[in-house]
Amino acid sequence: MKSKFLLLFLILILAVLLGIIKGSVNIPLGELFFKANQPIIMLRAFRIIVGIIAGMGLAVSGIVLQAILRNCLAEPYLLGTSSGAGLGAVLAIVMGISGVYLPFMAFIGAILSVILVYNLARENNKIPEQSLILSGVIVSVALSAIIIFLISISSNEAFHGATWWLWGSLQVYDFKLLGIVSFIVLAGVAVIYIFSQDLNAISIGEEEALHLGVNIEIIKRVLIIVTSLITASVVCICGIIGFVGLMIPHMMRLVVGPNHKILIPATCLAAAIFMVVCDTLSRTLFPPLEIPIGVITAILGAPVFIFLLKRRQKVR
Amino acid sequence: MSALLKVENLFGGYHREAVIKGISLDVNKGDFVGMIGPNGSGKTTLLRLMSRILGVQKGNIHLEGKDISAMGLKEFCQEVAFVAQDTTINFSFSVLEIALMGRIPHLKRLQLETKQDMEIVEKSLSMTDAWHLKEKKIDELSSGERQRVVIAKALAQEPVLLFLDEPTSHLDIGHQIQVLDLLKKLNRQSNLTIVMVLHDLNLASEYCNRIVLLNEGKVFKEGSPREVLTYQNIEAVYKTVVVVNDNPVSSKPYVLLVPGEK
Repeated sequence: MKSKFLLLFLILILAVLLGIIKGSVNIPLGELFFKANQPIIMLRAFRIIVGIIAGMGLAVSGIVLQAILRNCLAEPYLLGTSSGAGLGAVLAIVMGISGVYLPFMAFIGAILSVILVYNLARENNKIPEQSLILSGVIVSVALSAIIIFLISISSNEAFHGATWWLWGSLQVYDFKLLGIVSFIVLAGVAVIYIFSQDLNAISIGEEEALHLGVNIEIIKRVLIIVTSLITASVVCICGIIGFVGLMIPHMMRLVVGPNHKILIPATCLAAAIFMVVCDTLSRTLFPPLEIPIGVITAILGAPVFIFLLKRRQKVR
Repeated sequence: MSALLKVENLFGGYHREAVIKGISLDVNKGDFVGMIGPNGSGKTTLLRLMSRILGVQKGNIHLEGKDISAMGLKEFCQEVAFVAQDTTINFSFSVLEIALMGRIPHLKRLQLETKQDMEIVEKSLSMTDAWHLKEKKIDELSSGERQRVVIAKALAQEPVLLFLDEPTSHLDIGHQIQVLDLLKKLNRQSNLTIVMVLHDLNLASEYCNRIVLLNEGKVFKEGSPREVLTYQNIEAVYKTVVVVNDNPVSSKPYVLLVPGEK
């Protein structure tokens, strides 16, 4: 197991290095520390940091939802964060206040959406998983319809801006905001890691967890709040980057197993690698054009996952 | 001798309806109690009320003198373990990892398992004849093997009281006897108190020292197998004709079903 972690760490370092070197302008290794290259390197390093933070946040949120819902197909946007954030963002773009207010409106949209989904699903004081999934889907569909409507009646620039945002980008210009988001993500991931034992228990069954002394209703509430904050923060600066929160936890479960004490750190490393690689590809496939990262994560992730799934089936 | 578990005038159920309508029961240390009754009589509901899954509507339940609803959940689970009827697990934990989860009530959140925890788990898995499966994934086992692992997990909690909800309904007769023999051995050697819901009247008769016959949310009859398993009691509750003889090997009462149609 330790060797797997070492390998992941080395791959991450390699990915980061590649991300800095490669781009619309390729920087040869020897010229890495040249003063003239500093601005480009800083820009790319920044994107890499955003990618690592976003990847960690989305993937660990995915782990939590998959454990709580006991379903490997759960992902962080299930609770409505993506459609809520999308609606907030598109409203900001359409109203013309996107410059300053977009991240703020996206964040508020995400949180309000989660509150709506949560309250729709709540019965007395309990949150049955099926109700949560259903209400998440209903709210997402409804909000998505509103988003598409708004886009369809907006001007061309607004249309481009909205579409771009909806597919995700790691270009963040507001350093202070990035600092706040990084703090939320890192603190959130740490809190989730503290609950690894509870996540193990919950993932084998709600009643099973109760029989082991795990207070599932309180823990579900805490974890839903934490993952919603993490996801909303990531979405408000990066837009909607899909696939990471669904596939990386699932893939890592095949590689290191379902024990959350190991799964969470392994997933953080893997998600970081994945985001950095996808970002590098998004900048280098059709230079100087940049493909939205959400497109890359989707196209890249599926075949890798199929390969891992097939390999596991063969071993059985 | 004060009872290990004392149930007093218990009312409870789902939503507002009371499925259990005023039950009082004492479980003494070392008892092996079999709870039987027709479908809908409230057996599983009573078990879930006693194991804190369901909240009590009226009445109270005391474990070793303490009101169970006033106890901390973790504290309760250090004393009481529960084996559910059918456990399908969606994730590929290994058998050892599943059994180790039985130590969770005794561990703090970030605490790693100690050597002592590992020894307890090894003993539980050996007792259920599942130690040789320890590296296998739980979703690769047969239902009989899985049931033994789940029982090992419950034993790893080192409980004084073990609840089981129809632990043998998915097992073939060989495995049924194997599991019940194990429970009887634990009851006898470690003085583990067991309360078990069972469908099979004859298994209850063979293994339990006390039988509680439930009907419509109340205790119809309670006592030794010979006292409870009479044809009058069974016909009154199950509304079907039976003959009760003695098992030629164990001399315990044996219920023979009589078909209506020839």
